[in-house]
Amino acid sequence: MQVTSSVREPLITGGKTLKDVTHDVSRQVEGKPTLGWILGLLVAVGTLLLGSLALVATLWEGIGMWGLNKTIGWAWDITNFVWWVGIGHAGTLISAVLLLFRQKWRMAINRAAEAMTIFAVICAAMFPIIHMGRPWLGAYWALPLPNTFGSLWVNFNSPLLWDVFAISTYFSVSLVFWYIGLIPDFATIRDRATGLRRTIYGALSFGWDGAAKTWSRYESVALILAGLATPLVLSVHTIVSFDFATSVIPGWHTTIFPPYFVAGAIFSGFAMVLTLMIITRKVFKLEDYITIGHIELMNIVIIITGSIVGIAYITEFFIAWYSGVAAEQYAFMNRAFGPYAWAYWSMMTCNVISPQLFWFKKIRTSIVATFALSIVVNIGMWFERFVIIVTSLHRDYLPSSWAMFYPTLSDIGVYLFTFGLFFTLFLLFAKFFPVINMAEVKSIVKSSSEKVNK
Amino acid sequence: MERDKNFVLGVFDDEDVLLDAITKVRGNGVKIHEVYSPFPVHGIDDVLGYKRSKLPIAAFLFGLLGTTLALTMQFYMMKFDWPMIIGGKDHAAFPDFIPVTFELTVLLAAFGMCGVFFVSSNLKPWAQPRIFDLRITDDKHVVAIDLATNAGLGEEKIGDILKSSGASEVNKKSFE
Repeated sequence: MQVTSSVREPLITGGKTLKDVTHDVSRQVEGKPTLGWILGLLVAVGTLLLGSLALVATLWEGIGMWGLNKTIGWAWDITNFVWWVGIGHAGTLISAVLLLFRQKWRMAINRAAEAMTIFAVICAAMFPIIHMGRPWLGAYWALPLPNTFGSLWVNFNSPLLWDVFAISTYFSVSLVFWYIGLIPDFATIRDRATGLRRTIYGALSFGWDGAAKTWSRYESVALILAGLATPLVLSVHTIVSFDFATSVIPGWHTTIFPPYFVAGAIFSGFAMVLTLMIITRKVFKLEDYITIGHIELMNIVIIITGSIVGIAYITEFFIAWYSGVAAEQYAFMNRAFGPYAWAYWSMMTCNVISPQLFWFKKIRTSIVATFALSIVVNIGMWFERFVIIVTSLHRDYLPSSWAMFYPTLSDIGVYLFTFGLFFTLFLLFAKFFPVINMAEVKSIVKSSSEKVNK
Repeated sequence: MERDKNFVLGVFDDEDVLLDAITKVRGNGVKIHEVYSPFPVHGIDDVLGYKRSKLPIAAFLFGLLGTTLALTMQFYMMKFDWPMIIGGKDHAAFPDFIPVTFELTVLLAAFGMCGVFFVSSNLKPWAQPRIFDLRITDDKHVVAIDLATNAGLGEEKIGDILKSSGASEVNKKSFE
């Protein structure tokens, strides 16, 4: 028995039946690639190739290709790392946290959001690996492997090592969660196909037959994975923030970093989900599944997390003053009014002021405004990490060591490389995998469709 | 008659009709082989009399294994095998070991549980599933009834019971 609310907007519009769901989602997997998709893929692969020149140069010549100097030893690489990991967080939040809260609107967007998570984490992981300089030796530095030094083990007291475990666990658990959700949908495509496609999707579907017993186990697995992924996703950005918070650098040594970073991660992640979904729903004609209602709900999450981030910025500033520590006070005054003030105020504008526009219903239900603001938020969140990392380092304890950071072509190129990689992977996913979780959406067709509410 | 070969299939369009039908069919003394659905139907395990899955227990045990392995590894490496003083703290800096312990607990719990799920449900890339009806993964629910385990009832009687409980079609399916 389903109880239907007469007040709530339907999650699926257009009076869709179960068959329509299968058809609308399988359509782009089965059809020929569209011109737009091919052009998109060409741009993405082109960016990837262009960026890989910088990547090869960095690996060949060494980290000296980047704009780092002896004062600023961390800059774009870690900024990009934190930015990409943060983007990944929305996927897990949508699929795991919203599952625990039984939010049914997650069902239309969780598949693509989780794919985004996985690709974003791949891009993020590139940066610490490249920054090792000789990544082919990195396994000895990052993993507790027996070695010929005695064995001299990795340092389990270091947050950087915790990060290795956190990111790799996060990546592998997200991958499994995503894949288990894909299995029933691969079976749907298998059963509609013939020939080679049937063989390929047959293997991908792991022999799924839709038995009630398997569905029952599938549901328990999904619930437990959600229960595991929820603290996991919080731990990942907490540990990322420990990379800074456990140090003694003024501006980094801040106890509010964990919740502040997690909120920021969700904030930027939802912005990226919106950027991707607004395009995907348009190109694949999925407006009946990813409705204005979905966009509005995501924008509400953006207001909440954006406001948390705003409060965190102000709290940091207040505590720096209230602590009475001269070095802390200087670090924050320098952030806001020093040579990097432009970056600080870009961050403040993009992250604190712009999401407040979503208080207006007109703006948060407008696709154009949402798309524009989602990009503004992602720019702002990149600046947040840049501000935290570079402004805290560039005025070292000795004024003779003060420096500025100027990115080189290699810095820019490696960042471009990850963009190319991300969009290449996302476009391949969008073409060859069902972008909407058909099985889950079908389970709410009866209770949340426009047809029922009428 | 041989078991697991000849089936009567009741095809249903609606999950609520399906749930009532399963109760009715089982009430008539018919043993159901399995029900196949395009999406998870809530409450179907209760009407089919399935026990709750033991997968959460597997997840817990694998998680416990992860905790134990992680703590053993870290204490062995940092305290006994190559003790190092880091930041003037004890070699066995227990609070510092928590993050890695947590991550390995989650990793083993998730992978262990999914492994058990794949094995127990016979999910593997080379599996050749028996497909009762191609529409199962699209929009139809299928109740499969094995003729051999319901020898006393006969095909026609089972068909009537299915029809009267709301099946939109009744088909026959035989496997070699």
